[in-house]
Amino acid sequence: MNAKIKGVAAGVALTAMSASAAMAEDLVIFWAEWDPANFLQELVNEYEAETGISVTVETTPWSDFQTKAFTEFNARGSAYDMIVGDSQWLGAASEGGHYVDLTDFFAEHNVGEIMAPATVKYYAEYPGNSGKFWAIPAEGDAVGWSYRKDWFEDPDEMAAFKDKYGYDLAAPTTWAELRDIAEFFHRPDEDRYGVAIYTDNSYDALVMGVENAIFSYGGELGDFETYQVDGILNSAENVAALEAYKELYSFTPPGWAKTFFVENNQAITEGLAAMSMNYFAFFPALLNPATNPHAENTGFFANPAGPTGAQHAALGGQGISIVSYSDNIDESYKFLEWFIQEDVQKRWAELGGYTAHAATLESEEFRNATPYNEAFYQTMFKVKDFWAVPEFAELLTAANQRLYPFIVGDEGTAQETLDALAADWNETFQRYGRQ
Amino acid sequence: MTDSVMTRLDPNSRAAARGWSDLTIRNLFIIPTIAFLIIFNIFPLLYSLGYSFTDFRASTNAPAKFIGLQNYRELLNDEFIWRNFTITAKYVIVSVAGQVIVGFGLAMLLNRDIPMKGLITTLLLLPMMLSMAVVGLFWKLLYDPSFGIINYALGLGKFEWLADPDMALYAIAITDIWMWSPFVMLLSLAGLSAVPKHLYEAAEIDRAGPFYTFFRITLPLVLPILMIAIIFRTMEAFKTFDLAYIMASQPTTELISIRLYKMAFLEWQTGKSSAFAYIVLVMVVAITNIYVKYLNKVKER
Repeated sequence: MNAKIKGVAAGVALTAMSASAAMAEDLVIFWAEWDPANFLQELVNEYEAETGISVTVETTPWSDFQTKAFTEFNARGSAYDMIVGDSQWLGAASEGGHYVDLTDFFAEHNVGEIMAPATVKYYAEYPGNSGKFWAIPAEGDAVGWSYRKDWFEDPDEMAAFKDKYGYDLAAPTTWAELRDIAEFFHRPDEDRYGVAIYTDNSYDALVMGVENAIFSYGGELGDFETYQVDGILNSAENVAALEAYKELYSFTPPGWAKTFFVENNQAITEGLAAMSMNYFAFFPALLNPATNPHAENTGFFANPAGPTGAQHAALGGQGISIVSYSDNIDESYKFLEWFIQEDVQKRWAELGGYTAHAATLESEEFRNATPYNEAFYQTMFKVKDFWAVPEFAELLTAANQRLYPFIVGDEGTAQETLDALAADWNETFQRYGRQ
Repeated sequence: MTDSVMTRLDPNSRAAARGWSDLTIRNLFIIPTIAFLIIFNIFPLLYSLGYSFTDFRASTNAPAKFIGLQNYRELLNDEFIWRNFTITAKYVIVSVAGQVIVGFGLAMLLNRDIPMKGLITTLLLLPMMLSMAVVGLFWKLLYDPSFGIINYALGLGKFEWLADPDMALYAIAITDIWMWSPFVMLLSLAGLSAVPKHLYEAAEIDRAGPFYTFFRITLPLVLPILMIAIIFRTMEAFKTFDLAYIMASQPTTELISIRLYKMAFLEWQTGKSSAFAYIVLVMVVAITNIYVKYLNKVKER
């Protein structure tokens, strides 16, 4: 009996030792389940070939990415050494002590200069303008648009469009043109629709869609330093922008009430819509004839300018952070040192990752590599983002609760919606002592 | 109380020779269960009650601050929360009523001698054996306005089941009715087959009409078991999460459990969501109590 227990105990101890010995050699990076995560796995395989340290990219569907990551953080778990987290998590993860402070690493390796300025500002720094950094910009991303070139270049359509609107049919450069073209191609009888936009209100899809309108109309969500929202969120520009977004909803395919990146790519692949809003990260699938029968006829354009000429886009993308509870923090630092090298970033871009590396982005080689890289390059220097405060999810919930009924349910006016949302946000900020 | 029924072992018995008394065996069965209940049910229940009076957030390192009844006050004054409650009530009523009507109707149809009764019953039970998430996903496809088979079969054109804010909740309730009517059917069938045949014969001799027979004989005798089905289904419908979460994201389909999930695991308002969970718990307990009282009254008749 006693010998048996000893045997079991020895077995357990042995297993535990071998497990910890094996773990020291492995790094785990956590990300959401999408193509860029596969590209990253390919990239880190090269790191293993160079150093012998294996790196695994572990993924989970987007819908529970945030929940799973924060559950692990809150449990102080060491399952992940690094995480490619959303930009709006910075506040919660840095104030919660979940991310390792990378400010010294930034200074030492001059990361602030190497990466595109907008990506450093939104993916890495928290609080805004504090000079404290928590992540290395990894996957740059922003909203752009795809469109059906064959529909746009059809001579009959071009003539009919010119007759109706008095100018030539081409990829829109302003939101007014975008609206006209959406209306022009919206033909439910022919099973053709004007435009596909984001409407899913379960996380941040709808809000990012609306942000594209707001930012290009010259509006802001609020003052990120003083937390003032009155008069900014419910400004005249934002009211006009929200009305424009709602109008676009009337030109969407039927049932377009819970849509995000999957549906918006489908709108193009299924030949449903003339134009579709989506993140650049999802555009490679549109150029692949295996996934898009209209691949040859798909074109791309950057988020158009608003009435004042301002042109911005909602930021997506993520930075890579080291998790405080990791057992391999030193190894993770070494990995990041490798990751920010110019040739690695170049390789990252070749594999399909959207690098945030300024020199790579600016190179002719990158800008001509795909039909959308030029639009991506231009967009990455004029992106804006949502609040990154720890209570961002509450702000997001309030925004979904106010915006969705107005856009999809046709309740109230744009002014009422934004006034109510401003009041909600004020209340939240006051509760956390920010105003 | 137990000692009066459970006596000490006769020291000369075979059981005593084995070394385990009834008391020991009783404890052996009960203690693990009690320990399990205390560790996994009672303890978290009390712990979360404590959290519900604080501003605790599991996502930060900040210590929980006692804020008294503020969470409860805020929740009960929140117009969106009240909307969630109204939506849930509507959903529970529509879906449970639908299940009882369809399920009981099917049971009435099956409660006679028909060929292949066993096979038909088994096939009818299939929906409730599927996973909720799977049902949600494929009904979403069935409802699709562009290629869904429902609009095609009913000739509804591009009718937007899930995108229409007024229709979406009913569309989800229809799915729930499809899935869970078989459960009500199964229980009703058990109740129906237990009704003594001689009562029907007596009614026939007295020339009672079919309606009279149904309302005076069938229904009263099946009611207790039907009530049990209703209690189960009401509690389940109250807690519905997966079906509604997968099928639509309309504000008009945001049931309490979805709001609670978002508050707890997207916003990480641990204290406030604990308070919310307590409000829901009190409501479910109250509703179940009313039912059980009524059920007892029905059984006494």
